[in-house]
Amino acid sequence: MTGDSPNGEHGDGEAAVPLSARAENTPPSGIRRFFELAEEREDVISLGVGEPDFSVPWAARQAAIDSLERGRTSYTSNRGLRELRAAIADHQTRWGHDYDPADEVLVTTGVSEGVDLAMRALVDPGDTVAIAEPAYISYGPNTLFSGGDPLPVPTRPEDGFMLTYDVLDEAGAADADVLILCYPNNPTGAIMREDDLQEVAAFAIEHDLAVLSDEVYAALTYDGGHDSIATIDGMRERTVVFNGFSKAYAMTGLRLGYAMGPTDLVDGMNRIHQYTMLSAPTTPQHAALEALRSCESDVEDMVGEYNRRRRFVLSRLDEMGLDCYPAQGAFYVFPEVPGDDEDFAEGLLNEEGVAVVPGNVFGDGGVGHVRMSYARSMSELRQAMDRMESYVRSL
Amino acid sequence: MDARHELLDALLDDARQSSADLARQLGMDEAEVDALIDDFESEGVVRGYQAVVDWREVEGEHVQAELELNVELDRETGYRDIAGRIAQHPEVRSLRLVSGDYDFAVDLEADSLDAINQFVSERIAPIPEVTQTVTHFVMDVYKERGITFDRDRDDDRLSISP
Repeated sequence: MTGDSPNGEHGDGEAAVPLSARAENTPPSGIRRFFELAEEREDVISLGVGEPDFSVPWAARQAAIDSLERGRTSYTSNRGLRELRAAIADHQTRWGHDYDPADEVLVTTGVSEGVDLAMRALVDPGDTVAIAEPAYISYGPNTLFSGGDPLPVPTRPEDGFMLTYDVLDEAGAADADVLILCYPNNPTGAIMREDDLQEVAAFAIEHDLAVLSDEVYAALTYDGGHDSIATIDGMRERTVVFNGFSKAYAMTGLRLGYAMGPTDLVDGMNRIHQYTMLSAPTTPQHAALEALRSCESDVEDMVGEYNRRRRFVLSRLDEMGLDCYPAQGAFYVFPEVPGDDEDFAEGLLNEEGVAVVPGNVFGDGGVGHVRMSYARSMSELRQAMDRMESYVRSL
Repeated sequence: MDARHELLDALLDDARQSSADLARQLGMDEAEVDALIDDFESEGVVRGYQAVVDWREVEGEHVQAELELNVELDRETGYRDIAGRIAQHPEVRSLRLVSGDYDFAVDLEADSLDAINQFVSERIAPIPEVTQTVTHFVMDVYKERGITFDRDRDDDRLSISP
């Protein structure tokens, strides 16, 4: 018998056994259809990218290479390299965080794993997870995998896409068990400062919610800085903070993130992590350690560059008459578009070869908008905005 | 970063951008950008704008060399005097006084190896203060003025990602 199937042909993909209800019920990613449309065309300028256009700073890449050369390819401790956890805890003090690297920091395979672990550690079947929308596309499915019920909490452009006491209340989040939010926000570029977070904290304390705070874009803010809800009085003990190396250090493909929280919560997450992942991949951990040690100026350079592009794109959108919340973080802008966002995005792709992501894929709060990433070179952005302008004028 | 430094950064990145585009990036208006650029030019902060050329892509011969130059000063002649004489020649693309084993680092460009040889032996070596020249011909260029000459660098990102 050969390696092929017994009849000498590959199968047609049909399995003899059924999928679990969980897999069957997992909706296809909303960006999938658009991805396929964009891939069909040549000469597309894609503003649909959710990752930096820079490469990992060289010092970090060199550290990864060195660690491989020295054969450092074993598992690390479940929680991650001790020096890396110490460096993370130290790095995070800039945003007022104070976590013990011994038992309050967990290195994960990207923020994605961290969020999944936290959901599984905190959500029982039938629990409700309030999701501040528009939101990163995996929070809903993560909730479902844990048997929880997602509760969309749509934020409003007139609030600068910030979460408020009122929108939480109106959405019925008082009865939720967990709240997940992400600021600086993907897809809107919104940020929330301490004053704004106070009322969210008050709501979480009043209704005894656990809070998952995805802060993966914390280093990418342009008109000020970053504040975390976990640093507000009474919040540390009920919050897990997530961050990672993908966005600030352009390490998306190296898949490295971390979670920080009170010992009990991190312990609970680690209990699941030790069986599902054992430890985050070792090579990226060495790269990440070097990134924290020596790549600060690379991050500053990237932030300066993103800021110029951000202002350029916002200014061009304004000139073509599209309303857009003036994004202050991450590398996205989220303009309002005429008509249906799906139709707009499809037309823009077909007519002008510019790919953007329709806002509805990020939840109800995103309907009527499109997400545009400025993680593209200035010359590409210039061309994309020219094309977009001619599309908007043609409508 | 202040507006002047931000504008310098943007110009270093791409000096051919229109004032309108620079203004959009820096959150200024066009007139402010033009005024700052005028200042840069009149103050001598910005000395010129040039293309960065990858000569391998240009037809015809083009030779680059780096010249190390040692000189001996006397009571009447300083580095600046010698530099003034050397800088006159169009073959000299850059001229810097450096610390270390030699005094001047000189970048040369010409149409042929012979032209460089001739230039060094007939124009530079005879200068009375010059005591030694070492010429290094450039064999390949990987990066010039911050721009990497990398011909097979693709964007391998997915066109749409979450």
